[in-house]
Amino acid sequence: MAEGEEPMVVDGGNGDRSDWQGRWDHVNKFLERAGPFTHPDFEPSTEALSGFRHIHVVDMDTIDISNLNRQFLFRPKDVGRPKAEVAADFVNDRVLGCNVVPHFKKIQDLDETFYKQFHIVVCGLDSVVARRWMNGMLLSLLIYEDGVLDPSSIIPLIDGGTEGFKGNARVILPGMTACIDCTLELYPPQINFPMCTIASMPRLPEHCVEYVRMLLWPKEKPFGDGVALDGDNPKHIQWVYQKSLDRAAEFSITGVTYRLTQGVVKRIIPAVASTNAVIAAACATEVFKIATSAYVPLNNYLVFNDVDGLYTYTFEAERKENCSACSQMPQDLQFLPSAKLQEVLDYLTENASLQMKSPAITTTLDGKNKTLYLQTVASIEERTRPNLSKTLKELGLVDGQELAVADVTTPQTVLFKLNFIS
Amino acid sequence: MTDHKTSKEQKYDRQLRLWGDHGQEALENAHVCLINATATGTEILKNLVLPGIGAFTIVDGHKVHWPANHCLVFNRAQAATELLQELNSDVSGNFVEESPDKLLDNDPEFFHRFSLVIGVQLPESTCLRLGSVLWDAGVTFLVCRTYGLIGYMRLIVKEHTVIESHPDNALEDLRLDQPFTELKHHIESYDLDSMAKKDHSHTPWIIVVAKYLEKWYSEHNSQLPKNYKEKEAFRQLIREGILTNENGKPEDEENFEEAIKNVNTALNPTKVPSATEDIFNAEQCENITSQSPSFWVMAQGVRDFVRNEGNGKLPVRGTIPDMIADSDKFIKLQNVYRDKAMKDAAVVSKHVEALLQSVGKPPESISEQKIKLFCKNAAFLRVVHCRSLAEEYSMDTFNKDEITSCMDSTDSEMVLYLMLHSVDRFYQQHSRYPGVYNYQVEEDINNLKLCVNSLLQEYSLNVNVKDDYIHEFCRYGAAEPHTVAAFLGGSAAQEAIKIITHQFVPFNNTFLYNAMSQTSATFQL
Repeated sequence: MAEGEEPMVVDGGNGDRSDWQGRWDHVNKFLERAGPFTHPDFEPSTEALSGFRHIHVVDMDTIDISNLNRQFLFRPKDVGRPKAEVAADFVNDRVLGCNVVPHFKKIQDLDETFYKQFHIVVCGLDSVVARRWMNGMLLSLLIYEDGVLDPSSIIPLIDGGTEGFKGNARVILPGMTACIDCTLELYPPQINFPMCTIASMPRLPEHCVEYVRMLLWPKEKPFGDGVALDGDNPKHIQWVYQKSLDRAAEFSITGVTYRLTQGVVKRIIPAVASTNAVIAAACATEVFKIATSAYVPLNNYLVFNDVDGLYTYTFEAERKENCSACSQMPQDLQFLPSAKLQEVLDYLTENASLQMKSPAITTTLDGKNKTLYLQTVASIEERTRPNLSKTLKELGLVDGQELAVADVTTPQTVLFKLNFIS
Repeated sequence: MTDHKTSKEQKYDRQLRLWGDHGQEALENAHVCLINATATGTEILKNLVLPGIGAFTIVDGHKVHWPANHCLVFNRAQAATELLQELNSDVSGNFVEESPDKLLDNDPEFFHRFSLVIGVQLPESTCLRLGSVLWDAGVTFLVCRTYGLIGYMRLIVKEHTVIESHPDNALEDLRLDQPFTELKHHIESYDLDSMAKKDHSHTPWIIVVAKYLEKWYSEHNSQLPKNYKEKEAFRQLIREGILTNENGKPEDEENFEEAIKNVNTALNPTKVPSATEDIFNAEQCENITSQSPSFWVMAQGVRDFVRNEGNGKLPVRGTIPDMIADSDKFIKLQNVYRDKAMKDAAVVSKHVEALLQSVGKPPESISEQKIKLFCKNAAFLRVVHCRSLAEEYSMDTFNKDEITSCMDSTDSEMVLYLMLHSVDRFYQQHSRYPGVYNYQVEEDINNLKLCVNSLLQEYSLNVNVKDDYIHEFCRYGAAEPHTVAAFLGGSAAQEAIKIITHQFVPFNNTFLYNAMSQTSATFQL
């Protein structure tokens, strides 16, 4: 760069906590100066910039050695410690004036009083289920007055995700733009091998590993009764690996390796520093735009792939008119009165727009709350299981019956209306 | 059989699944040079240090001032090296406290030792000088720059070969249109009409399609189904083969459904893809010498196979997709393809050995393993040529057509390219970039416009650069915002890894990123 530019400054970490001249130069130019591409509401100002200072980070995980190839806030000595805490320590130490508060928890362990304090929520989650939950949480904070959305109740959600050399970043303005559930079909379904293949007709090394994981382990209980297979325990993986080799040998299947075994058991997705850096940067750019109103944010979905050259595709994901999460439209269920409750359950899990995981269905009968079926508590599952083979008529349900469905994919229950067809 | 993986294998597990142990080895043997440890430069290096690059050397003569009260001054190269080193103890970090221009003056051969040189935020003159030295020395050069909300990358390499391009959606190599002898025999061993239901329902769809193709041939003069109508009729023929129960209702035969679904792609004529054909016809493939890289030696070996034993076809790839079938039938079928692939690779090996001997090299200088890998990827080979900067800039060879046609749309990322060249002109004239200080912005807009116009005039480019962009580039004041630097950091690092590992395909040759619109484009200039 040109001689005579402001000197760049690096803090040597010697404890001097004062701000320094020129610190915000690279950013100030965007905030102090008007420009042709800025947001229509943007007004340049010369107020002192303070950067992003108040950040809360939520993460339920602890650091694993396999994180170190890309998660750069962590060092070998941090293995085993909670990610949220180590990240917070590192940033607070390195960036003057920044105050990161860690929460070593699941996102679902925090409620609306926690989330509503934020201006922006940024996600780098590792599952669609978690994304849907966060999406649902921010939707639940929206305030409608006479059917009109109060814009001050909107908390923008910036979501990024990667897999190998592919990634995406999106901006969601809950209640205004497409939400996670509006575009559920964009997420490819998880591939699970059919049970008959695993049990009696393996062809690939992966089938052999799944056989050991799903059938042999529960049968042989190699590490004791009730000891579940832990993908992070090398002894467990070693056992699965050996048994998978045996299984493969039986069918003349080649290709079972330790690496493959661990990949199948843990459902490992390959990951590198570079793709994550690109998507994180794109998300951070959007946070900057939204926080400063300096530019129009991404509208609203960016796809990135650098397997062959570098490819990006930017488009506006559309809201789904009857989205079960954000449309506020009553969700219809159409069934014959002679249909069994099992069919309703199957619909809730298999329908591409719903994709529920383990829905719990309750309703009001004779003025009382009745659980029709609930999977997540063993005793209730056992008690309500017979209902699955009963018809909707037998269960006392009528045309227009409201069913309340709770599921891990959403923090709020979803209301469905049962329409009997003939 | 490892009980406990080494800690390196554990650390790099997630990336080893992408580029394999051999890719990692290439990475660990590489020595990369970064010029200028700016935000962009350090972001790039961070993404190379984390995955375990062998070594890096930072060339940077800039000084860093300690905050406010202290008078301590130290060099940026050293500070960056120390902080980056922290990220991965496997990596060896070095620095040279010198400007690249001085090095080019005193010791231009300094750069010859690197696998790759990455130049960040370089003034145009330095870029062109360095570009020329590296081009002559055959060292790959990656230019990166963050300018306001714009990111730019330019790759310069005479020839970059890729065996493992890992295409996302590759078509299978099933040879159903021209089954090789062993496949024919294997297909003949099946008699669908006499099979018990269990076997019938667990016959691989490849066999099903092959059998019904024979039926089709007998009724259609041995011609493959060609158009949509014929393919529909063929699918119907297969559908009629589904077993029925006592009531005449069709049984559930998933393998037949798979066969029907795959008719579209399974009957594609087997041929050498055009990219591979181009490689066979390249001068480097035709003229093998003792200096020829192994890629070209193997290419001629495969080419000779194609023209002789292969009868116009590449060596069989040897893989088949998973499909509904019992284990025995599937494994047997898979082995038919695998064995043929091995046979073909062995023939290619003979050609390669003969070729090596003919240029006085020992036949073992290219390993069996490498030849097998080459054969397996024969349909996916890629060669990338990225023109020199001299060619890009020269009045005689600059890509006028590409620039002009892109600028038909005035908001094409091409305008960003023209603006970057314009600010370089500004720098040449004023020894600074436009709009660095607030008071300069207004006046510099006009000066920058003059630079834009002189650029367009000099290159006879009849295009329209909107004033908005000129204003915006003044507004940027040559700022290097971190989020844009980080986007480029990830992008550039991955291109560097592609160059070093020779896996996946690098871009060719100019990449532009617009953080305002979150869009990008690649141009070949």
